[in-house]
Amino acid sequence: MTTDTTPYSSDERSTGLPAGGPNPPAAPDVKPGDSLGREAWRRLKQNKAAMASLVILIVMAIICVAGPWFMPWDLDEVDWEAFMAEPSLSSGHLLGTDANGRDLLTRTLYGGRVSLSVALVATVVSLVIGVLYGAISGYVGGRVDNAMMRFVDIMYSLPFMFLVILLMVVFGRNIFLIYAAIGAVEWLDMARIVRGQTLGLKRREFIEAAHALGVKGSTIVTRHLIPNALGPVIVYVTLTVPKVILLESFLSFLGLGVQEPLTSWGVLISEGKDMMETAPWMLLVPSLFLAVTLFCLNFLGDGLRDALDPKTR
Amino acid sequence: MLSYTLKRLALAIPTLLIVITISFFLMRVAPGGPFDGERQLPPEIEANLKAAYHLDEPLPMQYLRYMGNLLQGDFGPSFKYKDFSVTELIVQGFPVSLELGFWAILLALAIGLPLGVIAALKRNSSIDYLVMSIALGGIAVPNFVIAPLLALVFGVLLAWLPAGGWNGGAWQNMLLPVIALSIQQIAYIARMMRASMIEILSSHFIRTARAKGLSESEVIWRHAMRPAMLPVVSYLGPAIAGIITGSVVIEQIFGIPGIGRYFVQGALNRDYTLVMGTVVFYGALIVLLNLIVDLLYSVLDPQIRYDD
Amino acid sequence: MKLNRLFSSTLLSLALGATMLSTAQAATLRINNAAEPGSLDPHKGRNMWDSRIQRELFDRLVDYGPDGRLVPGLASSWDISEDGMTYTFHLRDAQWSDGTPITAHDAAFSLHRLLRPEIANQNANLYYAIVNAPAVNAGRAAPETLGVHVLDDRTLEITLNQPTAYFLQSMAMSEAAPLPEHYLKAQGDNWIKPDQTVVSGPFRLTQWQPQAQVVLEKNPRFYDADAVKLDEVIFYPIDDDNGALNRFRAGSIDISYSGVASARYEWVKENLPDALRSGPLVGEYFYMFSLRDGTPLADKRIREALNLATRREVITEQILGMGQQPSYWLVPRVTSGGAKGKMAFADEDMTARMTRARQLMKDAGYGPGNPLTLTLRYNTSEDHKKIAVALAAMWKPLGVNVQMLNSEAAVHYAAIDQGDFEIARYGMIATVNDPFDFLGAYTTDGSAGNSTGYHNADYDALIERSTHELDPDKRAALITQAQQLLLDDYALLPLYDYVTNYLVSPKVKGWQSTPMDVHPLRYISIEE
Repeated sequence: MTTDTTPYSSDERSTGLPAGGPNPPAAPDVKPGDSLGREAWRRLKQNKAAMASLVILIVMAIICVAGPWFMPWDLDEVDWEAFMAEPSLSSGHLLGTDANGRDLLTRTLYGGRVSLSVALVATVVSLVIGVLYGAISGYVGGRVDNAMMRFVDIMYSLPFMFLVILLMVVFGRNIFLIYAAIGAVEWLDMARIVRGQTLGLKRREFIEAAHALGVKGSTIVTRHLIPNALGPVIVYVTLTVPKVILLESFLSFLGLGVQEPLTSWGVLISEGKDMMETAPWMLLVPSLFLAVTLFCLNFLGDGLRDALDPKTR
Repeated sequence: MLSYTLKRLALAIPTLLIVITISFFLMRVAPGGPFDGERQLPPEIEANLKAAYHLDEPLPMQYLRYMGNLLQGDFGPSFKYKDFSVTELIVQGFPVSLELGFWAILLALAIGLPLGVIAALKRNSSIDYLVMSIALGGIAVPNFVIAPLLALVFGVLLAWLPAGGWNGGAWQNMLLPVIALSIQQIAYIARMMRASMIEILSSHFIRTARAKGLSESEVIWRHAMRPAMLPVVSYLGPAIAGIITGSVVIEQIFGIPGIGRYFVQGALNRDYTLVMGTVVFYGALIVLLNLIVDLLYSVLDPQIRYDD
Repeated sequence: MKLNRLFSSTLLSLALGATMLSTAQAATLRINNAAEPGSLDPHKGRNMWDSRIQRELFDRLVDYGPDGRLVPGLASSWDISEDGMTYTFHLRDAQWSDGTPITAHDAAFSLHRLLRPEIANQNANLYYAIVNAPAVNAGRAAPETLGVHVLDDRTLEITLNQPTAYFLQSMAMSEAAPLPEHYLKAQGDNWIKPDQTVVSGPFRLTQWQPQAQVVLEKNPRFYDADAVKLDEVIFYPIDDDNGALNRFRAGSIDISYSGVASARYEWVKENLPDALRSGPLVGEYFYMFSLRDGTPLADKRIREALNLATRREVITEQILGMGQQPSYWLVPRVTSGGAKGKMAFADEDMTARMTRARQLMKDAGYGPGNPLTLTLRYNTSEDHKKIAVALAAMWKPLGVNVQMLNSEAAVHYAAIDQGDFEIARYGMIATVNDPFDFLGAYTTDGSAGNSTGYHNADYDALIERSTHELDPDKRAALITQAQQLLLDDYALLPLYDYVTNYLVSPKVKGWQSTPMDVHPLRYISIEE
């Protein structure tokens, strides 16, 4: 399917709906639950780019979690003979060392644990809150929408740094707090986007039809509105991941993120940027891990969108 | 529409009041103060400083004093930049950030939107993958890496453009920071445009339009483009507020006198009045831009109405 | 004995006259000032980048020469009474930039203003030796009661409570500059305005765009204007050291005061050897130990063991590599005043030190089998981080488990102020070039004494005596003795004496590295 260059054909091909007919996005006769997931999975499997990305992401996660156990160096182990050493086979530092003589590959793998889990948790938090909040606000409309969106405006305007500092004062230094704090600000964009989509969707025939048939509001939101807004949502999720990973490094700069000797990709990249000319591997190694992750996430995201698209089901 | 707009503008005042109040207390309960620095101060001098800035009064008193001044349009003097009032700092710095941000957004839209549309039309083709990979590059490399890299390559090694400085806003000085600012936005806009265009192209009314025998370009430009812009516009509201208030990273690396640094440096220095100034200013922009976005929705999709 | 020091400033200008240039075209010097000035009012700024500009606008009675030594400024000479309690300054014939004569009234006005509580000057305590100064600064006495008297238009007398060795140094600080009384009276407290502010120094302010630039122009009414070779000076507030380096390399700045970060030092040394100008600075990089009861570091054995196990050369050479001098003391070696002494183990070899350190930890009840967990605080910076990481690695063999805690500067220093730490990074850069600036902090009432809980009555007594001792040799002996007590108590973990690393274009002439980091522009010229 990756070679298919005809515009729009992927939709036309699978829907088989008569032109001009009703366009039931989540057709009521599709059984919820398993079969829906299985159908999406079947579609996803056909997308080579997405499947390759999924495999790479899983491998990435596995080497970040398990890799450090097999490394000859420890996270905070200093090689007093090799400060800022170039990547080399003979020294045993395959990807070089940092300014403190610590093995860069080991640190990048440990950093991956932090960055990937921050990305996962913060993104899921922002996705769940943002999508539900935005869909409800847009669907209910009126005063409720107005009040909910003014709350979003307020959240946007609060100085984020002090919000995080305060969270830290109240709950102590805690890595889960970072995830929560990041998730707590990142849902705002998501909510605005989903609300915008909902406002447009709720006037469409199929929603009005469902409404007229007496379908409950909560069902309309979860089974009709959200699935149809999924395209921009999935894309925005994949865009949230790099944001979240880099935001974590800003929090670490404030002393609110991970503490040495633990590290993260964002922290490693910001350490490496000063070495651009003198020790480029310090910038390139973590950047490469991050870039590969983001590319895979995006292609996986596109594949997921296609697979879950209610219009093509 | 007009009454909706007026109602929203009236709502802006309580919204901002809540923002100001929460921010004021949030900031003041955070540890560290404006006079905590490398050189510890003797108690007598610390007392003088606190008295000079009324920090020796009870917090609610300080809040009332601040609100009183604010109602008269007085944001107070900056703690850190003592020869300027917060208003002067924002008034002098904002035009710079605005100018830079304006060009960055323009560039991002001019490149990002067509890229997104092309990728959607050539969906899952090699052109799509190429365009999206370029866009992703803009996201995968953070601006704190892009900006010094641009300065190094074009400012120092090739010496085609100034490595930094503002120089009254000469285009040579603006080019690199504008590019650095827009790279990420191009990626965001292109990615979102692609997704939403794909969505729209498969929707019912586009098929109807096609069935009517309209040409492809007519279908895309007359029918698909506007509704497809919806999620991009949703994103752009807050994004524009962020971009035109400057980026601390870009400003520091290129030495640009914008207000972006005040958001971060103000907070790091515990420059209370400056922080509050930026919060009020940014809050007002957010409220305004989100209102504009909401109004734009009904332009882009006539079905959207605000009934209340 | 009446000391009468008369310097001839003509001598200086003669010496520099050799480098005089024809001034056919305007000579503009472009300086990276490293940060946006907080204020150009000498009573309100407190940072290096504030005073760097203030000093060019407002001359002082006592000044720093090109090499950093004290020379006459607006006062052509001064007398110090034999008991060291009365200073009489004789002002030279000089004018403000608006043509009004500079008088002793202006000098007295400035000192009065400096000590007014509502001005809230942050270095006011350096003038507390003046009669009634603490009371005036606390708002308990009228400014008129200050021990500052105008004997006539050209003579100012200052009386002190007690002899104070560093008083002349404090008169050379930017805070002590005479201010134009007539102009301030007319303008009020908001008197710094481009093109209007009346100045006494070699340059006047013509433009100030916050975060963009401060532009100074030669002041033709400066008393030694003929010797000033620069016509215009532009200060850029570049607060990103990489950005500063880029612009220096691109040739758009002539002097960069950003300092070179350790990450780029090697590169700069290799590629810009003519521009890199290093020199010692009166400043000390060290870690504070909290000595309060109940903290592990109240045990001197542990403090000694940590000091023993710290390989300072690794930090100065491998981690930083910027020519810092490893230090086993608190008062930087370049400080005037003759402070000597070092930690007892300083010359021992590392094996012996580690053996003793392990033994000390064992005696204190710790070891690899029973590790001691210590929390180490530092404020966010790549170099601070690297040093903290290295310390943790060096102490690991002792069975010390270091938990690192970084925070932004405001939180870091607030925690130190409240004594909320076990080991905390600290840096002291002198405001006056005198050992008291460092050692005074560790007295029981001093700032470091307050934060760490260090208390040693003998130490306090020695410091007190040294402050009033006017004989330089006797004072040096007292200070050395006091410092040795502090070091023998292992009250802190000194790491190195600061250095400055600036970039100065080879076409800039007359620029010298000085211990107090003062580089008067009137001695600097530019050669194309």
